[in-house]
Amino acid sequence: MSLDYRRYLDETALPLMWCPGCGDGTILKALLEAFASLGLERERVVVVTGIGCWGKADDYIRTNAIHGTHGRALAVATGVKAYRPDLTVVALMGDGDCATIGGNHFIHAARRNIGITAVVSNNLNYGMTGGQFSGTTPAGSKTSTSPYGHAEDGFDLCRLADAAGANFVARTTAYHYRQMVRLIKEALLEPGFAMVEVASPCPTYYGRLNRQGSAREMWRSLKDRARSVGEEGGEARTGVAPGQRPDEEPRSKPADVIVTGVLVRRTRPDFAARYSDVCRRAMKEGGGEAQLDAR
Amino acid sequence: MSRISERQILMQGNEACAKGAIDAGVRFFAGYPITPSSEIAEILAHDLPSVGGKFIQMEDEIGSMAAVIGASLTGVKAMTATSGPGFSLKQENIGYAAMAEVPCLIVLVQRAGPSTGLPTSPAQGDAMQARWGTHGDHPVIVMAPASVRETYDLTLACVNWSEILRVPAILLMDEVVAHMRENVTLPDPRELDIHDRPGPTLPPGHPDFRPYLPGPDDVPPMAPFGQGYRYHVTGLHHDERGYPVHDGAVAGELGRRLLRKLERREADIARVEWVWGPGRGDRGPRPPDGWPSGRDATVVVSFGSTARSAEAACDLARSQGREAILLRLVTLWPFPDAAIVEAARKVAPGGEILVVEMNFGQVVREVARAAAGQARVRHFGYVSGQLIPPDEIAREIGGRGRTG
Repeated sequence: MSLDYRRYLDETALPLMWCPGCGDGTILKALLEAFASLGLERERVVVVTGIGCWGKADDYIRTNAIHGTHGRALAVATGVKAYRPDLTVVALMGDGDCATIGGNHFIHAARRNIGITAVVSNNLNYGMTGGQFSGTTPAGSKTSTSPYGHAEDGFDLCRLADAAGANFVARTTAYHYRQMVRLIKEALLEPGFAMVEVASPCPTYYGRLNRQGSAREMWRSLKDRARSVGEEGGEARTGVAPGQRPDEEPRSKPADVIVTGVLVRRTRPDFAARYSDVCRRAMKEGGGEAQLDAR
Repeated sequence: MSRISERQILMQGNEACAKGAIDAGVRFFAGYPITPSSEIAEILAHDLPSVGGKFIQMEDEIGSMAAVIGASLTGVKAMTATSGPGFSLKQENIGYAAMAEVPCLIVLVQRAGPSTGLPTSPAQGDAMQARWGTHGDHPVIVMAPASVRETYDLTLACVNWSEILRVPAILLMDEVVAHMRENVTLPDPRELDIHDRPGPTLPPGHPDFRPYLPGPDDVPPMAPFGQGYRYHVTGLHHDERGYPVHDGAVAGELGRRLLRKLERREADIARVEWVWGPGRGDRGPRPPDGWPSGRDATVVVSFGSTARSAEAACDLARSQGREAILLRLVTLWPFPDAAIVEAARKVAPGGEILVVEMNFGQVVREVARAAAGQARVRHFGYVSGQLIPPDEIAREIGGRGRTG
């Protein structure tokens, strides 16, 4: 394992703020190692975050960074990428930022297929604010705002990204470090929208309230529940456990299997390529003449 | 014939805004459709790609403001346009732009509110939201054009000041100014006074580079992302390196500096126009010497399209022998306190300041504050979906609205 990732790590900001047993530190290292293995120039990378535990990751990263507003990481990143498609733009979001308050930006970034790499740390609840339920919290789960069990189902982020048209959709867990580095690296190379969901433990809130045992037991559970579809591109029906019919209600109990690996690979042209065509057409058609009269 | 070279045209305010933005150097627009501002988006969707710019229609108003911030940080002049409901949605990120000092133009074409209100009839009910919409003490520039040509000019002024001071600037239009067509002659773009954000004084990679180290004018030079510099931007209180701090002294100084950088230039930004007659020469930045001649004069304070009614009302009142002058606020914030102080001095003790606005009393509060009890200040205005007609205003001037 190379130590090059330290080039991207702001060691003066250590120690990490995250709770013991949290997955975010591991995801951070995997991200930075992916940067290092691609030899990305730090000045040409823009990391955009929102608000939340994983949203604090930018404090430790020595690239350009925008620590934005809650839920808007992808929207800010869209502005950066739309104007400067040559830069590597990475959005770091938790399940709150990505699937809940910022859900609209998530599906539209995928639909628009804009070349942003989204690395989503999904710990099934809002850790920063004390363990409330989020858009991915499974039904029945106890959280600080679902003390009698959660009355709603959670999103399957990968299916959502797939349905919205993302070019690259993958899932891994915080436990599967090597797979995580590999998937993030591949996502960074994808010209269109790429999303890597990382199942990550929150022993402080979600694990404790749902009696999932110690941090160690939660990490072991990630290991045991993961089933890789292989890296060649697989079935995107990721919330479906083996043997379950596709039309069956998704099982979202904590004991569910976590399907990992590359789930979607498409070659749809990305936003930058399509907008370049728009610019070419505008030049050809002698733009600059607003057709107000035609309206 | 190219409209760029043919500079005399019949155009609406929204078109003048789009033209002004392009001439000011704006090359990025992110927005969401909303009447009565949509023409600005439509024109820029058409015009930006051929001048090297980019247009993106976002999934919502919040995302539009966020995308403007992201784009601006790469060094491009960026803007959005909206109306009241959309402006409400943008507020959190407008605060972000103020805190992270990201230059941007927000065009707000007012329609009657609250809520969906009267789409899309004119109103001026968003004056206070333009100033105080986002949470926390924050700097903001607000300018309110009263004509198509002035829309062009103030779009330029807003972009310039936004860039110079790294603050969000709001062009506060209203439905009448936006959709009204006037024959205007635009200046030659080569002769315009265009300002860019201050660039970094140190080369990329210099060990002393501090992205939020303010210059002598309290404005930190701005390094664009993707041109060799590397730094951290946040909406949290931050130090000169751009990293969050919890140190009360550092946080307090940042909050003060954000306001101070504007206060330093207040006299240049806060513009007004006094109008004392129908002629071209009957207007200027100061009232004429010797005005008023009597003790029962009225200064009518107004802005935006309402100021046009107010101007006609003053003409009417004068023709009927009453002393009236229009003080038109070109800039709403920073508030032109000095002009109000002068107005108060002029009319006291027998006259009054009559604030006419298409709302139930917003800017009148600022006028009363600035007048500080030195003159009587009264509001006249309402929201009916129509412009306030001049004769109604004229009746208020030294008229039945006056009490003892």
